[in-house]
Amino acid sequence: MSGYTLAGKTGPWELVIGLEVHAQVISRAKLFSGAATVFGAAPNSQVSFVDAAFPGMLPVINRECVAQAVRTGLGLNAAINLESRFDRKNYFYADLPAGYQISQYQHPIVGRGVIEIELADGTTREIGITRLHLEQDAGKSLHDQHPTKTYIDLNRAGVALMEIVSEPDLRSPEEAGAYLRKLRTILRYLGTCDGNMDEGSMRADVNVSVRKAGEDFRTRCEVKNVNSVRFVMQAIEAEARRQIAVWEEGGVVEQETRLFEPARGITRSMRSKEDAHDYRYFPDPDLLPLVLERDWVEVLRAGLPELPDAKKRRFMHDYGLPAYDAGVLVAEQASADYYEALARGRDGKFAANWVIGDLFAALNRTGRSIETSPVSPAALGELLDLITDGTINGRIAKDVFEEMVESGEAPGAIVARKNLRQVTDSGAIEQAVAGVLAANADKVAEYKSGKEKLFGFFVGQVMKAMAGKGNPALVNEVLRRALS
Amino acid sequence: MILTDLTLAQAREGLRAKKFSARALTEAHLAAIEKLNPRLNAFITVTPELALAQADAADRAYAEGEAGALTGLPLAIKDLFCTEGVRTTAASRILGNFIPPYESTVTAKLKDAGAVFLGKTNLDEFAMGSSNMTSAFGAVENPWKRRGDDTPLVPGGSSGGSAAVVAARLALGATGTDTGGSIRQPASFCGITGIKPTYGRCSRYGIIAFASSLDQAGPMARTVEDCAILLGAMAGFDPKDSTSAERAVPDFAAACRRGVKGLRIGVPKEYAVPGMPDEIAALWQRGRDWLRAAGAELVEISLPHTRYALATYYIVAPAECSSNLARYDGVRFGRREDGADLIEMYERTRAAGFGDEVKRRIMIGTYVLSAGYYDAYYLRAQKVRSLILGDFTNAFAGCDAILTPTAPSAAFAQGEKMDDPITMYLNDVFTVPASLAGLPAISLPAGCDRAGLPLGLQVIGKPFDEETVFAVAAEIEAAAGFSASPTLRAGSGA
Repeated sequence: MSGYTLAGKTGPWELVIGLEVHAQVISRAKLFSGAATVFGAAPNSQVSFVDAAFPGMLPVINRECVAQAVRTGLGLNAAINLESRFDRKNYFYADLPAGYQISQYQHPIVGRGVIEIELADGTTREIGITRLHLEQDAGKSLHDQHPTKTYIDLNRAGVALMEIVSEPDLRSPEEAGAYLRKLRTILRYLGTCDGNMDEGSMRADVNVSVRKAGEDFRTRCEVKNVNSVRFVMQAIEAEARRQIAVWEEGGVVEQETRLFEPARGITRSMRSKEDAHDYRYFPDPDLLPLVLERDWVEVLRAGLPELPDAKKRRFMHDYGLPAYDAGVLVAEQASADYYEALARGRDGKFAANWVIGDLFAALNRTGRSIETSPVSPAALGELLDLITDGTINGRIAKDVFEEMVESGEAPGAIVARKNLRQVTDSGAIEQAVAGVLAANADKVAEYKSGKEKLFGFFVGQVMKAMAGKGNPALVNEVLRRALS
Repeated sequence: MILTDLTLAQAREGLRAKKFSARALTEAHLAAIEKLNPRLNAFITVTPELALAQADAADRAYAEGEAGALTGLPLAIKDLFCTEGVRTTAASRILGNFIPPYESTVTAKLKDAGAVFLGKTNLDEFAMGSSNMTSAFGAVENPWKRRGDDTPLVPGGSSGGSAAVVAARLALGATGTDTGGSIRQPASFCGITGIKPTYGRCSRYGIIAFASSLDQAGPMARTVEDCAILLGAMAGFDPKDSTSAERAVPDFAAACRRGVKGLRIGVPKEYAVPGMPDEIAALWQRGRDWLRAAGAELVEISLPHTRYALATYYIVAPAECSSNLARYDGVRFGRREDGADLIEMYERTRAAGFGDEVKRRIMIGTYVLSAGYYDAYYLRAQKVRSLILGDFTNAFAGCDAILTPTAPSAAFAQGEKMDDPITMYLNDVFTVPASLAGLPAISLPAGCDRAGLPLGLQVIGKPFDEETVFAVAAEIEAAAGFSASPTLRAGSGA
């Protein structure tokens, strides 16, 4: 329990949160048709007659989408249901060609699972997964193309979605954010969803209720279609505060569907329970029950990549990393891969510091991803080796690294060209030390009278005199001797 | 020789022996259509140019020795099958001038076998009806007349156009679809033969859906053997239909010659419904006698849930139809009536596009699937459906095929039974159970009533055992020696 509460007039309130995440399946073709699924294609260029629900057209399940759902279920430590069914969810809308969505209502392909989330204070919590089911996406209504008409783009119609439903186990916006990020990480590792919330390939419906400590659940509201982690966290707080105000003013929170308005930081009512659709679910007679063979599931299990939790444990064990470092590095498969390429045969913690510190800062600054990093793991490794073998010192290495980011030049070449090799010649260091002490006689006197923190000043001056190239350990040693 | 009087098998022999050309055969049928269709209204669309082009191609194929199973044989296609480039209506206004850009699997198979398509036949709107009175393109007239009475009779439904066309010799055979009896009942009313094969035997791809768990395509022709030949070409696994069965297609025509010696034929006592006309009861008895005489053993069986079949059907079928027909919304194809907003456009389009019977079934279906009613209606109906299937499974432990009448009456007059939908629904009382159980069932003419109208017998088989169904039907056909012909027919001078 994170102990998170929101303060109301009547005291603290706990939050109870559950998330329904719609994750678009990575597959070449749609869930029930052969049409392509590429994002950003020209409107209605990726639509088959099945997607457009032409008369007499029939759905045929895409095996790869099923495999992706199974992989995801396995990645969520969940039960795989060897028999599941597809139902029709009936409602009329212009971008829903058949007048029904094919979904899994009563018998989903994946049952209960669990994922572990990590919080800022280093604690972890297990969040239950209720189910994962496969369903079709709808098309898109474009209301801004014409003053009075709506245009329909069916490219997305029929694309496979996984709806991943959590238990109401989350207790704070932070936990919800951590859950979403962790889920996204797992999906990306699995290669089953790109987790790209900007493009809508991952969207969340957020169920929120509030309660006093020790109470059962109170009525929840569902905030629909929130499309970023930040907005999810904001929407939860906004909705919780609204509900607290309702309760504290003597009102009753009504179960309803709401929308989050990020610009105003509030949720507003979309439809009440009375207006809720009657979806008239029934088993889709065009599709047989989906029956999986246990052996096939096991083949998929055997083919799963190493998942973030396992990788984190391995990084901690094999590279001696603290949990925090390992957690940061495994958050993205690409950073983990980069790190491993760098750390192999080197000091693990040293490599982690460089990746998490200098490399991430440089990527941030230049707006690049780790996949397009200007500094390859091999080049950064060469730089680390130059530090380790004493060719350059750590201070100079920072400058060399910046050059590498700028120009892509190899670190050895930069060091040679700019003559940055570390000076380990004690004569040269002694000479520089003598010069600095002579020029700062007053400070030497102060130091000797007890102002010992001036030692750092002398180190700085000596390094400056040596254009930064002095071996820091030797400089310290010589200085200490000279000042004693 | 009157080419339109030939059976499909005879016509094929004639073409193979080069006694006449496919063009001559097609022209004879087109001429008959031109003469009789204005009265019968059995075709919605006739495609003479296409038919003649196919006939010429067939003649070339015969010349080159490359003829297939159906090369050059003129057929009619129920206007529920999507045909590429040819308007497909489902006999509804809502499809407007819909011209499918694709071909249904069944018609594609028939084309591949070399068949000539004469046109698209009339039906009850979206195959919902037992009389052909619900077609947006007008009623079909049954080519048969009561003796000395010119009252127009219905051909049955929903495949009434196909049945009338085959009976009147305007085509050698036709495709039908059967959801609760839509092949068998019109076959019975029009004195022809029609088989609904096992659910999954023929692909549903490209057939406009009425009730997906029940819809099944099948052939209609003037003999059992002709149906067997046609079904052989129509059937087969189709990866585009998830419910089609991955099974080899047997030689159905060969099965017609198997005989019934040693077969056990079940006679369900529950089908002896109160009020069954004595002529039908007598025909059913004759059927038993013929089969016994041919060496079959007759056994009484019980199908105890038969009495719930009609009620079950009229929940399941409308439920599925209410969902299947949601796509006719005016957005992407077919008719659109503009409205002030989306909802009004839907309402106006569907109000103008659908006929009363379709609307009735959409409303029933929507109701039985609604929250609060689902368990009492749809779920209960599914459970009863399982019980009905169980009845058949039990019965088939003790018999090889089941013999029943096809329909509770002969063809009735246009306009009769129109006041009360329930009376109309009773037409399906003997055909619906096999539909709910997904079983193969054939109807063939076995005699006439006192007014001279044909009456059919139905043979129901085990799942995927159409062969036994054909064997039994062929035996009845031979014994019955049905030779009556309708008043309105090609070559009759009518």
